Amino acid sequence: MTTQKNERQKYVEVNNLKKHFKVGRNAYLRAVDDVSFYIYKGETFGLVGESGCGKSTTGRTIIRLYDATAGEVLIDGVNVHAKKSRAELKDLNKKVQMIFQDPYASLNPRMTVKDIIAEGIDVHNIAKSKKERDERVYHLLETVGLNREHANRYPHEFSGGQRQRIGIARALAVDPEFIICDEPISALDVSIQAQVVNLLEKLQKERGLTYLFIAHDLSMVKHISDRVGVMYLGKMTEVAESDELYDNPLHPYTQALLSAIPVPDPDYERTRERIILEGDVPSPVNPPSGCRFRTRCPFATEVCAQVTPRWTEQRKDHWVACHLYDDEYKGNFNR
Amino acid sequence: MSVVNDNITLDMFQPAQISADESDRISAPSIGFWKDAWLRLRKNKAAVVGLFFIVLIVIMAIVAPMLSKYGIDDQDVVNRQNLYPRIPGLEWLGFDGKDSTGMDTYELNGVKQNFWFGTDELGRDIWVRVWAGTRISLIIALIASIGDCLIGVAYGGISAYYGGLVDNVMQRVIEILAGIPNLVLIILFILWLGGGMTSIILALIISGWIGMARIVRGQVLKLKNQEFVLASRTLGSSDQRIIWKHLIPNVLGQIIITLMFTIPGAIFFEAFLSFIGLGIPAPAASLGSLNQAGFENLQIYPYMALFPALILSILMISFNLLADGLRDAFDPRMRK
Repeated sequence: MTTQKNERQKYVEVNNLKKHFKVGRNAYLRAVDDVSFYIYKGETFGLVGESGCGKSTTGRTIIRLYDATAGEVLIDGVNVHAKKSRAELKDLNKKVQMIFQDPYASLNPRMTVKDIIAEGIDVHNIAKSKKERDERVYHLLETVGLNREHANRYPHEFSGGQRQRIGIARALAVDPEFIICDEPISALDVSIQAQVVNLLEKLQKERGLTYLFIAHDLSMVKHISDRVGVMYLGKMTEVAESDELYDNPLHPYTQALLSAIPVPDPDYERTRERIILEGDVPSPVNPPSGCRFRTRCPFATEVCAQVTPRWTEQRKDHWVACHLYDDEYKGNFNR
Repeated sequence: MSVVNDNITLDMFQPAQISADESDRISAPSIGFWKDAWLRLRKNKAAVVGLFFIVLIVIMAIVAPMLSKYGIDDQDVVNRQNLYPRIPGLEWLGFDGKDSTGMDTYELNGVKQNFWFGTDELGRDIWVRVWAGTRISLIIALIASIGDCLIGVAYGGISAYYGGLVDNVMQRVIEILAGIPNLVLIILFILWLGGGMTSIILALIISGWIGMARIVRGQVLKLKNQEFVLASRTLGSSDQRIIWKHLIPNVLGQIIITLMFTIPGAIFFEAFLSFIGLGIPAPAASLGSLNQAGFENLQIYPYMALFPALILSILMISFNLLADGLRDAFDPRMRK
């Protein structure tokens, strides 16, 4: 399973991406503030963080549902936010697809399953005839584990898991290379979550898909992701290979998050020490100066309030933004 | 607490055979949105009664004037002036052609046939005039409501869909328009264009579309950030496709409900305008002008006001009942 990392091709590159929403006169909600990361071709990149930390906004900005305030997103070498002709945009829309969080809101209640799945086929004129369109829809339905009799039914006749599979079929209809999964399993119950995750993994193996998997379920992210990024209040705090991140978390926030995962081992659980964070997440309209996490960080010192931490590669493929590991500021901490 | 039960042993159980294929099967028949709404509407008795009366009145408005041998302006002041209504079989209800003193108006004038709703002071058959008037009232209300609907949907839809500055400007315009009392607006409009059907319709549209525009705007605002619209956008759909395939079908229920509430409003407003003398010019009639004529003779010939008032009331109640029923049928969550 080990591939040569040096030869891996960066499929998605996000450089200094910012997305600010205007919320009032001279007030901006900094949903995503200077985030950089990259995703290799064919891997699953997990993006975790608390509610409201900007995970979904990052996903939606990457796919151009929102226009970026600053920064750039390169997908397969193409700048997403640059001015584009209709044809170039359509090309991008074929390459990148999205699976949404709420299976009850993501399907148009007035359309049959067939029309929902065929939407991409219609928009991109993929099918030559009505028959080919139908055949494609049936094939997609079977790919996601539904059967062709379901094609003429309406979304309200399906369960949450089935609806999510319809949403996946819709995304697959245009043969994408990169799929952004925006919390695709958060709204499902646990037994169905496994079904959907297994389906996603199967599809990745068969079609060589690249995933950006947004979630807040840490153990599920560990299971599905090759690399994981942790976000806090619009900033990326740490990115590393999944195992490396879980075994060796560097950032205090990541450490606190990981300490919250229960382990099915009573002996271990008895001695497990949770790092309890004090206070609440500050408002993204008025974020703290310097390091965003300093108000809740157990190690915070004055320098954290003055200087924004640099985004540095501490170990091979392990990026972190924290003064604790910055040679210049290390001396300020007595750990 | 424990109940000892030796009768049940392990070998009495066997695994149930359920394949994954089987568990995904949906056995209920597929019911679309419109069929579902119709099934629910049919259960609502009041709405069905309303629908029945609307259909009945519409049919009568179309057919009744055609079947009578009198036109709406066939006068005969000599032979059949102010005949009281006489309906064979309903004499016991007072429809026996006798006036308040018990004199048979038909015998006095030597008229053989029956005038079901009586005749007016010019000898015109009120039956024909009432149904012809209903026809005109319905046409005015229908065209005005459809006009409201077209302008309101376009205006509200554009305002909400494009949002931002466009929305802001368009909503301020609406607020200014809504600030002008619509009665003043309508009266000025009719004075300017003169009486008649066209000017009444235009006057009703000019003040009526605002409600529809607001409802459509609210709905589109709610829908346009729904995930299915975002999904369509990530697939590369054009604005046009999103509007026609995703937004309009989901707002259609609300549009129909609002339309059904607008129609009785328009009927009533037309009647009101005719009643104060701004309506349909004589000799044509509408429910409002007939009511007005009846009102003038209320103490002498009360039957003249009875029938147009009755039809107007039934029409208004029926439309409101149906609209209520449709609202429940389209959106069962709104029912309290």
